[in-house]
Amino acid sequence: MATLTYRDALNQALREEMQRDPNVFLMGEEVGVYQGAYKVSRGLLEEFGPQRIVDTPIAELGFAGIGVGAAMGGLRPVIEFMTWNFAVLALDQIVNSAAKMLYMSGGQINMPIVFRGPNGAALQLSSQHSQAWESWLAHIPGLKVVAPATPADAKGLLKSAIRDNNPVIVLEGEMLYNLKGDVPDGEHIVPIGRADLKREGTDVTLVCHSKTLAVALKAAEQLAEQNVSAEVLDLRSLRPLDEAAILESVKKTNRAVVVEEGWPHAGIGAQIVDLIQRDAFDDLDAPVQRITQADVPMPYNKLLERAAKASPEKAVAAARRVLYLD
Amino acid sequence: MTATARTPRQSAPSPQLTELHLKMLRQMLLIRHFEEKAAEAYALGKIGGFCHLYIGQEAVAVGALAALRDDDYVICSYREHGQALIKGISANAVMAELFGKATGCSKGKGGSMHLFDAKRGFMGGHGIVGGHIPLGAGLAFASKYKGTEQVTVCFFGEAAVNIGAFHETLNMASVWKLPVIFLCENNRYGMGTAFERVAAVTDIVEHACSYDMAAELVDGMNVLTVYDATRRAVERARKQSHPTLLEVRTYRYMGHSMSDPLHGVYRTKDEVEEQKARDPISHLAGKLKEDGVIDQAALDALDAEIHAEVEAAVKFADDSPDPEPGELFTDVLVD
Repeated sequence: MATLTYRDALNQALREEMQRDPNVFLMGEEVGVYQGAYKVSRGLLEEFGPQRIVDTPIAELGFAGIGVGAAMGGLRPVIEFMTWNFAVLALDQIVNSAAKMLYMSGGQINMPIVFRGPNGAALQLSSQHSQAWESWLAHIPGLKVVAPATPADAKGLLKSAIRDNNPVIVLEGEMLYNLKGDVPDGEHIVPIGRADLKREGTDVTLVCHSKTLAVALKAAEQLAEQNVSAEVLDLRSLRPLDEAAILESVKKTNRAVVVEEGWPHAGIGAQIVDLIQRDAFDDLDAPVQRITQADVPMPYNKLLERAAKASPEKAVAAARRVLYLD
Repeated sequence: MTATARTPRQSAPSPQLTELHLKMLRQMLLIRHFEEKAAEAYALGKIGGFCHLYIGQEAVAVGALAALRDDDYVICSYREHGQALIKGISANAVMAELFGKATGCSKGKGGSMHLFDAKRGFMGGHGIVGGHIPLGAGLAFASKYKGTEQVTVCFFGEAAVNIGAFHETLNMASVWKLPVIFLCENNRYGMGTAFERVAAVTDIVEHACSYDMAAELVDGMNVLTVYDATRRAVERARKQSHPTLLEVRTYRYMGHSMSDPLHGVYRTKDEVEEQKARDPISHLAGKLKEDGVIDQAALDALDAEIHAEVEAAVKFADDSPDPEPGELFTDVLVD
């Protein structure tokens, strides 16, 4: 077991998959000569050359579409967006081309393509650079969406994404790239569509993904000090969603709080609440609570930004509400 | 000019060339009659949704595709019935797709705007104006990556030239030297908007200068001119891996789609009639008659044969089953 950063775990996944399959290539802004805006692709240009590590102009729509076309032509593109905020410019290609190709061609043309990059807020990047897009993306049939929170999951899920014959969205995090964690040696694959119980508990389930795993784990520690046993369920995949894992946990704890990065309206948490009320209604002892970003564009000011984000304190307060402790 | 007044030809066309010209005539007639039948079927409610016909533009698809190898890629906008037929999808499978039937080339899931036949290199039918232009470059990227020497022809209308994807893609195709031909079918109108009303640069070929790309302005009412220009572009793509922008000036006789008027607020009936006088099929048929390759009786026989083929396609589509209800949930993802 090696200790790696999330960044290096992604780098390993890319390197191993490119060694394994010559049809895999990486395309995006600054991925080659500059070694990646966040250094995820460090060293890959030297190893694989400019044919497979392709620097693009700043033209998200265009290079995302070229990636889709390359997938139609039998390659396995990995398209890196410097952030998902910029990928909004490429949504036409992700939604109208990649996600629909198999269906509208009557099953003839599948789409083995990965779109990846950091999602959600970092620190003080203000409104246009601090957005979590997962509910937009997970809304679309024909896409798979994963959001790993740890280096091990980042490596294992990116490898699965590259081997998948469908378009897979990989949501990373600028604030996660430096995170260190143990990554199993050798071939490490995490299947898409499986949640992971990151902490066992009996009183309340904290459902989270990506950066909110850290929020939920911290909240669980604080709750433990208050004699509340919180279970932390990391979704890892948002589409397909591991419904069985969510229901199993809620049936055990009878209470749930969803902690997510995005805005509240039509967010991922709303989907999870829908599932729980429908399939675990009789097991619920309290209405499910959601912790989200405040329903505003992200402010620049440090204090306002902190107030807008999900936090352990907010998650603890929500857990206490569903336990009727306050 | 009459045949007797003409300067005698220096040499008669070669048998191969004559054969090609006859094939082109047949293909243009196939598209014409297919589209006429589609219009009828649409009026009868057998075809739904949007249906964009190719009547008037036949010389473009036929001339361009004649310059391709079988394994070359073709990718189109939603006005693609003609290219689909010429790339080798049967009239039966195209008509059945328009009818939404299980026997259609996209199993009835795509419809008029999403015809596909991956095995024949026909990569769709795409419905968002200009959205498929990067896909065309991507297919060429894959061919170059794999060293297959395939060429991609990407058809789009003049209105797509105002879309960002056009400019982003031409830039990258030129920087990366991709074996792709951007074939702009300039039929003058984006739906009901004349191009000159919404475009600062109306000679589309000029856009190639911005991207240091080869370009040609082509008469799209003459199938042989389209063929020759495309051959030059194919050569450039296949041998040198250089992209080309072709602006092919053509004209659609019908409205933008079946639900739109033929003329009225945006163009006059006189204009449409004037363009019909330049009809690409009459032009080629006239030339072949002048050259003594075909006479009226043979032309009539050919016409009748194609009518029968198209009638049979309608019958096939009519008789074909709808997709099974379970098909609703298939082809969303692969395993």
